[in-house]
Amino acid sequence: MDYSFIIYKFTLATVILIISLVVAMYATLIERKMAGFFQDRHGPNRAGKFGILQPLADGLKLFFKEEFMPQSADKFLYILGPSLTMLIALLTSAVIPWGSSIVIGGTEYSLQIADINIGILYVFAILSIGVYGIMIGGWASNNKYALIGAIRAASQMISYELAMGMAIITIVMMTGTLSLGEIVAQQHGFNWNVWYQPLGFFLFLVCAFAETNRAPFDLPECETELVGGYHTEYSSMKLGFYLFAEYINMFISAAMISSLYFGGYNFPFMDDLGLSHNALSLLGSLAFFVKITFFGFLFMWVRWTLPRFRYDQLMRLGWKTLIPLAIVNVIITGLVLMIKNHM
Amino acid sequence: MLSKYIFYFLSSVAIYAALMVLISKKPIHSVLYLTLAFFAIAGHYILLNAQFLAVVHIIVYAGAIMVLFLFTVMLLNLNIEGEFPKKNIIKFAAVIVGGLILITLIGTFRTYDLEIIKNPTLNQIGLVKNLGKVLFKEYLLPFELCSILFLAAMVGAVMLGKKDIQ
Amino acid sequence: MTEEKKTYTFTTRSKVVSNKKMTFMEKIYFPAIIKGMLITFSHLFKKKTTIQYPEVKRNIAEIYRGKHVLKRDDEGRERCTACGLCALSCPAEAITMIAAERKADEMHLYREEKYAKVYEINMLRCIFCGLCEEACPKEAIFLTNEIVPSNYERENFIYGKDKLVEPMDKDKRIDISKRQTTAVLEFKKDKNQSHNN
Repeated sequence: MDYSFIIYKFTLATVILIISLVVAMYATLIERKMAGFFQDRHGPNRAGKFGILQPLADGLKLFFKEEFMPQSADKFLYILGPSLTMLIALLTSAVIPWGSSIVIGGTEYSLQIADINIGILYVFAILSIGVYGIMIGGWASNNKYALIGAIRAASQMISYELAMGMAIITIVMMTGTLSLGEIVAQQHGFNWNVWYQPLGFFLFLVCAFAETNRAPFDLPECETELVGGYHTEYSSMKLGFYLFAEYINMFISAAMISSLYFGGYNFPFMDDLGLSHNALSLLGSLAFFVKITFFGFLFMWVRWTLPRFRYDQLMRLGWKTLIPLAIVNVIITGLVLMIKNHM
Repeated sequence: MLSKYIFYFLSSVAIYAALMVLISKKPIHSVLYLTLAFFAIAGHYILLNAQFLAVVHIIVYAGAIMVLFLFTVMLLNLNIEGEFPKKNIIKFAAVIVGGLILITLIGTFRTYDLEIIKNPTLNQIGLVKNLGKVLFKEYLLPFELCSILFLAAMVGAVMLGKKDIQ
Repeated sequence: MTEEKKTYTFTTRSKVVSNKKMTFMEKIYFPAIIKGMLITFSHLFKKKTTIQYPEVKRNIAEIYRGKHVLKRDDEGRERCTACGLCALSCPAEAITMIAAERKADEMHLYREEKYAKVYEINMLRCIFCGLCEEACPKEAIFLTNEIVPSNYERENFIYGKDKLVEPMDKDKRIDISKRQTTAVLEFKKDKNQSHNN
């Protein structure tokens, strides 16, 4: 085995892990700032300039809070819940192409940790097991609100996974590959998938909101009805893990949307700039992060605009609107591809 | 070499989890152990270079079916002691039935000549391309029939969801 | 044709709930969602309404009803005679006092023969209505535009004479002339009234 390869992959994985953690950390601050701005307030601005130290203060506070565990809780599962949520949230970043590649000393280093040939399915599998952390935590708390939150999370996830899967299938049909690296590489320049799959993009976006438990689909932790939902009984850093995982999920979802539909690290007129390969890759990674930032902003924008769905409305939207639309989208894509191949 | 150790590790995890499914007192624990067993089996698929199968296994079993199991078990609240009357005659019958099934299984597999795959990592059958070719050429009809079955089930679910259908 | 139902509105802003069928455009929600998102987006650039409190303080009217003060007269004698009218008028029953008789050597301290040995206002009970101010016949108690500061202990909110009586020093006296109407100020100039001595 080539040791430099292992070291390079290890470094890349560490860097991406740190980036996703820092981004998620500051996403909490940006979320609160945005909430403030949307409501004509300033948001947190006391800890450091513009509240730049607020995430650290929050983290410190969570660490020093009392660790509380309900007497009748299932001890092992109670701890397993938040850990699992965090672990699963961090797993997806392995297959996202964060940039094309960098050439150092004649060797090409890809900026994707693992370009497995079933990248999309891997993401989908991680998504589908993401609900375990919430369900286990909600059940182990031995609290009615937590249980209801967990059950809501489970049924919501299952319902929206179907439509999301179908939205992804159209992308797979179009590109003819399951590898995320290749899907992004095919959207070279301005040839983004969103121009061919506007409906698919829209379905994916709505399902991404539902899968990350973000408003208007945040029923599992609906404060008005369920106190805190699945994390009612959690405190200290265990609660912090749940809240933090939500922001990591948001970051990963934004990255997925950008790479599936908005060309990932590709940006318009990238061939006309006449830059070297390495400079272009770095610029591409920057473009990718700009896209991620935009979708992160969209997540927050929607959260502070739209009211929460009622549970029956959520189910109706999932089963009776999104899934039929997704099926129609698959059929239309299939027909267009068939006509194209016969011409 | 490494894959050999991983194989032993995954196998022991799978067997332990499978045993715990039967042994654990709480139904929720049984379900979670079953999920763990599924993950161990998915690991075996990856060792056999069948990534597609592994991921689909996780999506379908761990991601969908087991979540539904967990969902149902949570709602049923089976924690109450003495839910199932365990009379001696029932235990006796269970032992006989289980033993018979074991004998049948042993009898079936004894006559089979199990093929040992050499160099499983070079085996390409589990990759998407080969699997797709096999599915869409040799087993096209069963595959399409399955799809129609699934579609019917999905349409049925949507229909059940409709309130005001006569 | 059905008989037209008469609708009653309770406020000018109340809307009658309608269960009319939504049109297709309304059912897909999109126009409404985009409209709402544009509204919130426009708020990103609006002026913030927050007042950054410890650094910036909002203007308080001169006749604001805040923390109380027990006035002294021009010679520095406490005006309060412990008549108890303020306590009687207080709707929140926040005022208590214990009266005492003035000794011969206390003439420079208390204006009247009877004075309040203990005078306490419970600031947690007080509703800052200003009725004590109105009830006082001796112009002894006034509300000021100061704010009662927060505290960690409930006991500290019971303000005694140490916190209520204004300082003896003439420069540090609390000016309450802004709170009084022109008629009162006119009356105070009349030195024939014993009240003003």
